[in-house]
Amino acid sequence: MTGDKMKEPLLSVRDLVVEFPTRHGTLRALDQVSFDIGPGEVLGMVGESGAGKSLTGAAIIGLLEPPGRIAGGEIRLRGARIDNLSYEQMRRIRGRRIGMVFQDPLTSLNPLYTVAQQLIQTIRTHMDVSEADARKRAVALLDRVGIPAAARRIDDYPHHFSGGMRQRVVIALALAAEPELVIADEPTTALDVSVQAQIIDVLKEICAERGASVMLITHDMGVIAETADRVAVLYAGRVAEIGPVRDVIQHARHPYTAGLMGAIPTLEQTSDRLVQIPGAMPRLNSIPTGCAFNPRCAHVFDHCYRERPVLRQAAPQHEVACWLTEEGGA
Amino acid sequence: MTTDTQSRFARIWDSDIMWSFRHSPVAIVAGFVVALIALAAVFAPWLAPTNPYDPSQLNLMDGFTAPMEPNAFTGNSYILGTDNQGRDVLSTILYGTRISLFVGLSAVLFAMVLGITLGLIAGYRGGWVDGLLMRIADVQLSFPSILIALLIFGVARGLIPPAYRETMAIWVLIVAIGLSDWVQFARVVRGATMVEKSKEYVQAARVVGAHPAKILIRHILPNVMGPVLVIGTIGLALAIIAEATLSFLGVGVPPTQPSLGTLIRIGQQYLFSGEWWILLFPSIALLALALSVNLLGDWLRDALNPRLR
Amino acid sequence: MLAFILRRILQSLVVMLVVALVSFALFRYVGDPISTMMGQEATIADREALRERLGLNDPFIVQFFDFVSRAVQGDFGISYRLQQPVMELILSRLPATLELALVSGVLAFVFGVGFGVYTALNRRGWLSTTIMSVSLIGVSLPTFLIGVLLIWLFAVELQWLPSFGRGEVVDLGSWWSTGFLTPSGRASLILPAITLGLYQMTLIMRLVRAEMLEVLRTDYIKFARARGLSNRAIHFGHALKNTMVPVITITGLQLGAIIAFAIITETVFQWPGVGALFINSVRFVDVPVMAAYLMLIAVIFVVINLIVDLLYYAVDPRLRVERAGAGH
Repeated sequence: MTGDKMKEPLLSVRDLVVEFPTRHGTLRALDQVSFDIGPGEVLGMVGESGAGKSLTGAAIIGLLEPPGRIAGGEIRLRGARIDNLSYEQMRRIRGRRIGMVFQDPLTSLNPLYTVAQQLIQTIRTHMDVSEADARKRAVALLDRVGIPAAARRIDDYPHHFSGGMRQRVVIALALAAEPELVIADEPTTALDVSVQAQIIDVLKEICAERGASVMLITHDMGVIAETADRVAVLYAGRVAEIGPVRDVIQHARHPYTAGLMGAIPTLEQTSDRLVQIPGAMPRLNSIPTGCAFNPRCAHVFDHCYRERPVLRQAAPQHEVACWLTEEGGA
Repeated sequence: MTTDTQSRFARIWDSDIMWSFRHSPVAIVAGFVVALIALAAVFAPWLAPTNPYDPSQLNLMDGFTAPMEPNAFTGNSYILGTDNQGRDVLSTILYGTRISLFVGLSAVLFAMVLGITLGLIAGYRGGWVDGLLMRIADVQLSFPSILIALLIFGVARGLIPPAYRETMAIWVLIVAIGLSDWVQFARVVRGATMVEKSKEYVQAARVVGAHPAKILIRHILPNVMGPVLVIGTIGLALAIIAEATLSFLGVGVPPTQPSLGTLIRIGQQYLFSGEWWILLFPSIALLALALSVNLLGDWLRDALNPRLR
Repeated sequence: MLAFILRRILQSLVVMLVVALVSFALFRYVGDPISTMMGQEATIADREALRERLGLNDPFIVQFFDFVSRAVQGDFGISYRLQQPVMELILSRLPATLELALVSGVLAFVFGVGFGVYTALNRRGWLSTTIMSVSLIGVSLPTFLIGVLLIWLFAVELQWLPSFGRGEVVDLGSWWSTGFLTPSGRASLILPAITLGLYQMTLIMRLVRAEMLEVLRTDYIKFARARGLSNRAIHFGHALKNTMVPVITITGLQLGAIIAFAIITETVFQWPGVGALFINSVRFVDVPVMAAYLMLIAVIFVVINLIVDLLYYAVDPRLRVERAGAGH
C-alpha cells in the first residue's frame, strides 16, 4: 500500500475513524484516514474548514472533545500504539513527544500567568530540572523563537505581547519539552499577514534544528507549497490525495486537488486563471454514497456514484483516491 | 415579515422546545405539578370545603384540630386539620395558593411590561437615556430584591392612609415585588435591541419611515421572547417566594386573607406545642409550587440555549 | 493605582449622596413626623412650634444639608416607636448581624466554591448530579422555610440546638458584644448561619460551576492539556484562578446580600440584629429607623464594592495595565 521507500515513520495513522454520536444519529467526521509522517519531515494537511484537518490533529494528541471518539483504526508513534493509552499515559506523551500549536495566540495563553510561569511549568512537568535551570531553558527558548530581550520580557504577562510575539511564545511552549512531532493547527490564520511568513519560518527552522517532524494543518496552499515536504489533501473526512508537495502541485491527480491548486495565486497568474470549484463540501450527515466529491466533480462518471474510491498509488509516493486515476492511469 | 417571524417562532416551538419537553421527565413532571396547582388555585372556591376568608364560617372551638381526627369539642374532622382560629388548613392552602399565584403572576407581568418597555427604550435610544436607565438598574441590582420590595412596601404604607392599608395591601405587594424585579428583563431586551437595531432590515424599515414603536414591537420584540420567557418563568418562582417571604415577615397580605407565607408563620408559632400540621402542609404546597416553576424555568433556559446542553 | 482608587471612592460618594437623598425623602415626606411624634391631641400651635423647632419649614436644600451633616455625625434622630436615638439602637444590634453574616458568608464561600469546582470537574458523576438537584431545591426553598424546617428538626424534634436568640454574649469594649466566646453563643449561631448561608452557597456553587465549565472550554486550557500538564495543575491552577475572577465580584456582592437577607433569618430565629429592627420599623412605619438602615446598608455595599474592585485588581493583571495606562 504505502510506498515502501519510506523510512520507518515517526507517526503512522491507519484507517482512523472518528465519530460524533448526536441525537440525529452518529456522524462520521473522519473516515479511514491513513498517512505517515517520517522523522524530520513536514507534512502539510489541507482542506476546507470542516474537512477534518483539526480533528485529525486532536485525535492524534488524544484530545478529541467529547462526545467525539476514535471508532476505528490505529495511531502509532515510532511503532507503538498511542490511540488506546490511558489518560495519564497519554498525558506524558503530550508536550513531551508530541507538541501542539493552536490557531489563535490571543486565546492560547493563560492571561493570569506570566510567560515564565507557563514555560517553567511546562518544562518541569516533563523534565527533571531545577526551577533555575528551567528558567534558563525558558529564556533560551524565547530567545530562539525571536523574542527580543527575552530575559527581561519573560516575566511579562501574555497581554503585554503583540499577536505575532504571542504566537512565538506559543511555539516556545509547544517545543519546551523537545517533542519529536509538532502539530501546528492553522498557526498563522489568526495573525496579521505581515508576520505570517516569519512565524512559519521560525517554526520550520526550529523544528529542523531539533529534528522534529511537523504536521502543518492549514487551508492555505501557499504556505504548504513553501513549507511542507509532502501534503495530504482532506475532503469530507477522507484523504483524497497524498504525495510530495511538488508532485501534487504540478500533477494533481484528484479533481478536488486540482481545484485547490488553482486557488494558489502566483506572480504569473492572473485572477481569471483561478479555478473555482462549484458547490460546497457536503455536511457530515449527508455525505453521498460512492465518492464524497461526486456532486461537485466535473469528471464524474457512473462508477463514482456506486463505490467509494480507496487510496491507490498513482506515482512514486503519490497516492490518490479517485476512480479516474484507477481506470485511466493504472 | 410578520409571517416570517411567526413561522420561525412556530418552527422553534414545534421542533426544539417540544422535542426537549418530551424528552425531559423533569420538565413533564414539573409542568404537570404547576398545572395541577394552578387549576386547584383557580377552582379553589369550588374545591375548598370551607371559605377561610369568611369569618362567619369560622368556629374558634374548631381550632387546633389534628388532621383526620375529630375535634374534641365539636367533633368536626378535617383532612389536613385546622389552625389556631379554626380555619380548615386544606381550604386555607387552596385559597392561599390562589393569592400566591395571583400576586406572583401580576408582579412578574408588571415587571415584564416595565422591563421590556424600559429595555426597548434604552436600547433603541441609547445615549443619556440608556446611561441613566442602566445606572439605575446597576444600583438596584446590587441590592437584593427582597430589600427593595420591603422598602417600597414600607414607603407605600407610609403614604397610604391607615384606613386603606388593608385593602390596598395586595396591590402594594404586587407593585413592590414587580418594581424590584424589572432589571433582568430590561437588560436582556436592551442588549437584543442594540444588536437588532443595527441590522439591515431595521435600518430599512427606518428609512421607509416606519414609526420607531412599530419597528420595536414588530421586529425586535419577537427576537427576545425566548430569553424573556425564561426570565419570566424564573421570575415567577422568585415572585412567589418573595410574596411568601413578605407575608411570613408579617408585612405582606393582611392576616384576614392568609397566603401560604402567613400560614407558615402561624405554623412556626405552634411548632413547640406540637401542632405540626399547620406548618407542614403549607410548606409542602409552597415548596412544590416554587420548585416546579423553578424546574420549568431551568429546563426552558437549557432548551433555548443549545450551547449548555 | 492611586488615581483608580480615588475615582472609585468618588463614585462611591456619589452613590452615597443619592441614597442619602432617598433616605431624606423618606424621612421627610413619608408619614407626618409631627403627628407621629406628638400624637392626635396636640394643638395646632404646638404642632407649628415643633415644626419650626425641627426646621421643617426650612427650604428643601437646607433641610437636606442638615440631614446629611447630622447623618455624617451618626445622628439619625429618635425612633418613633422605641423613643431612643436611632444610632444607639443600630449600634447595639449591629454586632449580632455582623457576626451572623460573617459566619454565613464564610460557610457559603467555602462550600460554594468547593461544590462548584467538584461538580464542574465531575460533570456526570452521581454525586454531582445529586448536589445539583439538591441545590435546585435549595434555590427554590425560601430562606424562611429553611429556617423553620431546621428549627423543627434540630430544635423541636432532636433538641440539639437552640431555636432563638444569641445565647450568652460577652461584651467586648464599649458596644461590641460577641457570641463567639461562649458555648451557648456558638451553638445559637449554627442554625441561623446555615439558614442564611445556604441560599448564597447554592448561588456561589452554581456560578463557580458555570464559570469553571466555561473556562475549561477555553483555548488556553486546551493548550495546557496539549502540553501534558497534570490535571491538578490545569484544574486547580489554570482553570480555578481564571474562574475566580468573575466569581470574586459576585461573591462580594453576595456578602452584601447576606446582610440584607439577614432580615428574614433574624425574624425566624428572633436574632437581636439590625434586620429584625428594620422589619419592625417597616411594620410600624418607623421612618427614622428605615432611613438609617438604608444608609447603613448603602455604606456596607459601597465598602464591599470597593474591596471587590481592589481584589479584582490584584487578581487580574490585565486590569493593572489598562488602569495604570489610564492613570498616567
